[in-house]
Amino acid sequence: MNPQIITQPAPARPYLLIHLAKDLRIEWRSKDALNSMLFFSLLVVVLFSLAFDPTAAVSRQISGGILCVATLFAAVTALNQAWTRELRHQMLDAQRMAPAPASSLFLAKVVANFLFVSAVQIILAPLFAIFYNLHPLGQSWLLALILPLGTWALVVNGTFFAALSIRTRNRELLLPLLLFPIFIPALLGMVQASTAVLTGEADPGLWIKLLAGYDVIFTTASILLFATILHAE
Amino acid sequence: MKTFRWIWLALTIGLLGYGFYQAMYVVPTEATMGEIQRIFYYHLPSWFAMSLFFAVNLGASITYLACRRTNPLRALSADALALASAEIGVVFCTVGLVTGSLWARPVWGIWWTWDERLTSTLVLWLIYVSYILLRHFADGEQMRTLAAVLAIFGYIDVPIVYFSTRWWRTQHPGPVIGGGGLDPSMWPGILWNAAAFLAWGTFVVGLRYGIERRRQLAEQRASLHALEATLELTK
Repeated sequence: MNPQIITQPAPARPYLLIHLAKDLRIEWRSKDALNSMLFFSLLVVVLFSLAFDPTAAVSRQISGGILCVATLFAAVTALNQAWTRELRHQMLDAQRMAPAPASSLFLAKVVANFLFVSAVQIILAPLFAIFYNLHPLGQSWLLALILPLGTWALVVNGTFFAALSIRTRNRELLLPLLLFPIFIPALLGMVQASTAVLTGEADPGLWIKLLAGYDVIFTTASILLFATILHAE
Repeated sequence: MKTFRWIWLALTIGLLGYGFYQAMYVVPTEATMGEIQRIFYYHLPSWFAMSLFFAVNLGASITYLACRRTNPLRALSADALALASAEIGVVFCTVGLVTGSLWARPVWGIWWTWDERLTSTLVLWLIYVSYILLRHFADGEQMRTLAAVLAIFGYIDVPIVYFSTRWWRTQHPGPVIGGGGLDPSMWPGILWNAAAFLAWGTFVVGLRYGIERRRQLAEQRASLHALEATLELTK
């Protein structure tokens, strides 16, 4: 390869925004991820409601957990799509040769998926309150902090492991197998914090700190190691 | 090398025998729990061995990532060591979980509880099983890089898992190391068995490492043959 340095014209916008705009536009035109996630998580909510048939008090105890697990399962279906899309027409190889840093590609995917999963949660939350007959007893505005923190933890690791498992055999199967064990502490934090808010019996502060710490640690680790994953031969 | 291996094996068997003798006959019976407490002399040493081999796995994975461009031969041996230590670490983790469960049944009255240490160990076990699964699902240099990255992620997760489950709940007896909850007459049972488990684990890791190295060399020879065959064709 020619080692000569080619001077690049500076991009009109930061690479992160270019990648993000591309991902959002693709999703806007196809709506694959959003539709599949919405329907999937709706199914989970209905199935759990039928399976447990909870009373109002019980549903306060369990619905935080069900919402988190429903989001988790739904996000896995969408995250697999996020990178499979790049495999068509050798897009991933083109990305590897592009002058843009790998971390901006990764972060844009994370932000895009974060927006999709959050959108699903916003649509799902009222339905949830209706189906489970929910009246939160704690400070419900804290949910606006807990759910984004938990979703970020899910999406940052999920996008990273989806990029990792895209390079293996049976890739769609491998993502949950790698993601779930690593995600367990964040899931615990998310479930405990939202249950604390719904029942109003405990203080969710400690769990919110745990989620924030988890987010910072794994976002840093993913950004540092993503180039290694992308360029793995 | 071969003589050394036989000496090491003899030493390991000797240590295992002596550790068994110490744990079963020499160390006094515990006052409240009785004979069942003796399983502890296998429970705690398996955690020592597990911690050591998972740390070796992390070190070997980082070495692989650091050397894979500059020194491919060292990187390959680091990768073989990472695989061997992860597998043996999972074996010791399983031994620890099973002995703990056998102890809990008569003492707590239950096989399992979602306590801080039990949960975090189970999550640790899950993480390393997923590491081994990843190594089965991919091939070649690509798989080695991906596995090394996953090993680093898994190791970062361990303290977070520990603290999160600790805030969640706790039931396990307090830590023996540093807590000072153990009678001095019981230490020989632990230390001899710990030495025996470490010797045995190192022996098996050595064997597994040798197998993996031979497999890597065979793979390289096969690809070299394939390359030579294409040269013959183009000549």
